[in-house]
Amino acid sequence: MNRLLLNKIVLILSTVSAFIGIGFLFWILITLTYKGLAGVHFETFTKDLVEGGIRNLLVGQFTMALMATLVAVPLGVLAGIYLREYGHGSKFASVIRTLSDVMTSAPSIVIGVFVFAILVDPFGGYNGWAGIVALAIMMLPIIIGTTDNMLALVPKELREAGIALGGSKHKIILQIVLQAAKVGVTTGILLSFARIIGETAPLLFTSANNQFFTMDLTGQFPSLTVSIYNLATYPDEASRNLAWAASFILTAIVLFINLTGRYFTRNKH
Amino acid sequence: MANSELKKVMEVKDLFFTYPGAPEPTLKGNNLPIYENKITALIGPSGCGKSTLLRAMNRIHDLYPGLTYKGKIDLRNQETGKMENILDLKKENELINLRQRVGMIFQKPTPFPMSIYDNVAYGLKLQGIKNKGELDGLVEEALKGAAIWKETKDRLKDSAMGMSGGQQQRLCIARSVALKPEVLLFDEPTSALDPISTGAIEELISEIKKDITVAIVTHNMQQASRLSDFTTFMYLGDIIEFDETEKIFLNPSQKMTEDYITGRFG
Ligand SMILES: Nc1ncnc2c1ncn2[C@@H]1O[C@H](COP(=O)(O)OP(=O)(O)O)[C@@H](O)[C@H]1O
Ligand SMILES: [Mg+2]
Repeated sequence: MNRLLLNKIVLILSTVSAFIGIGFLFWILITLTYKGLAGVHFETFTKDLVEGGIRNLLVGQFTMALMATLVAVPLGVLAGIYLREYGHGSKFASVIRTLSDVMTSAPSIVIGVFVFAILVDPFGGYNGWAGIVALAIMMLPIIIGTTDNMLALVPKELREAGIALGGSKHKIILQIVLQAAKVGVTTGILLSFARIIGETAPLLFTSANNQFFTMDLTGQFPSLTVSIYNLATYPDEASRNLAWAASFILTAIVLFINLTGRYFTRNKH
Repeated sequence: MANSELKKVMEVKDLFFTYPGAPEPTLKGNNLPIYENKITALIGPSGCGKSTLLRAMNRIHDLYPGLTYKGKIDLRNQETGKMENILDLKKENELINLRQRVGMIFQKPTPFPMSIYDNVAYGLKLQGIKNKGELDGLVEEALKGAAIWKETKDRLKDSAMGMSGGQQQRLCIARSVALKPEVLLFDEPTSALDPISTGAIEELISEIKKDITVAIVTHNMQQASRLSDFTTFMYLGDIIEFDETEKIFLNPSQKMTEDYITGRFG
């Protein structure tokens, strides 16, 4: 009797909590859609920030995120391969693995400050490259972690079968093991991209922001997230509306990338 | 034994093998001849070291660091006819060459995540064969050799992951056979398969022995007696008895062998 009552209480409490959580999520999404959609016009995508659009911001944000991906993917995948396939329980490998795990939860503002110290201060000002490096540092541990974990799921018999056919270790890893883990690794890359595309803190004092369209990475570089941060604090209605519109578009992008990643994982398992 | 016409392809001599960190050797002074174009079965209770011995014979163990071999495993050099100790091999390309000569088939089928064609062509490409026409010919020959050509010839570009377990295992055999190895090592190749697929694999193994010498680990007594020419019984890392299969099953000289075969333990 008592157990049944307890069961009921737990069920009710967890249902209520779930509804509260979902309630907030919908509240955010509805507000965002409602306020955001009002500010989204055709010109929003064709004009730059100086003229009240976000064209340069979108291009800038994606340029930095994609460049960061280009840097972080090879490094991260290779490091993950090292940890899983070559480290073999060595002390060094386990230290690196722990460090990488810790880095995954490093506050992004700290990474921003670090990059400011090494790439902004000594080079005389905010620049796009610094933003790229900060984003790449954020992606790296996520990619290392997923690569490591996905390779761990590949049965050792597959490696042995490759070796037994007269393959060298590195060929088998690159041509067979990585191939077998491809979907998982790709998903990890996609999710790490979704993670950084919406980041503000690592860009705030690295690439900062730019009102104009530019592809010059040696100077201040346009950023959607930093713009949202700035615009939201401006007193005028137009700026705040643009902040809402930009937030809505950013959320849609992140959601889309996340869902794509999840779709891939679902199809695999 | 009518040993006069038998030619040894491999011979294990006083082999001790110790896993990394293990307090004592898993193989304790094994001696075993492997005769050319014969099937040698390794039987014995689970954990007695059958896989460990088999995996020493192409040094697949060496994939993991920290193990020790003592003794000899001789492999006959096809050109000179001399026996050469494979435990002397050190360089990676020497080991690669060894594994092309002594192939291995595992318990669970291990198709690579690529097409049926590419699975078979993979080892050939590793050997440096690049010519498309030559590859096509060799792939077809190997698939025919593994009695799986009829089922696969119209879907060579399909992923091997979509085949049944039995087909995958025959594909793995085709993949190894394509390299024309001198010896093929099978580690319980049918224990994950249904009876029909098992029959097909057994037929295939009897078929390939005219070209390739076979050593096979099995826990299935019928399989050992049906398939093999020689049988060795292992127990706790020792080779208790080696003889012609008929002798082992009808009139073993060791009491322990008899007990195991008649199902009194194991
Ligand atoms: N990688 C390993 N490290 C340490 N011990 C092992 C390893 N693999 C197998 N062993 C041990 O070696 C012994 C023989 O194993 P194995 O050769 O797999 O037996 P079998 O194939 O006859 O069932 C067992 O006691 C097993 O626990
Ligand atoms: Mg075994």
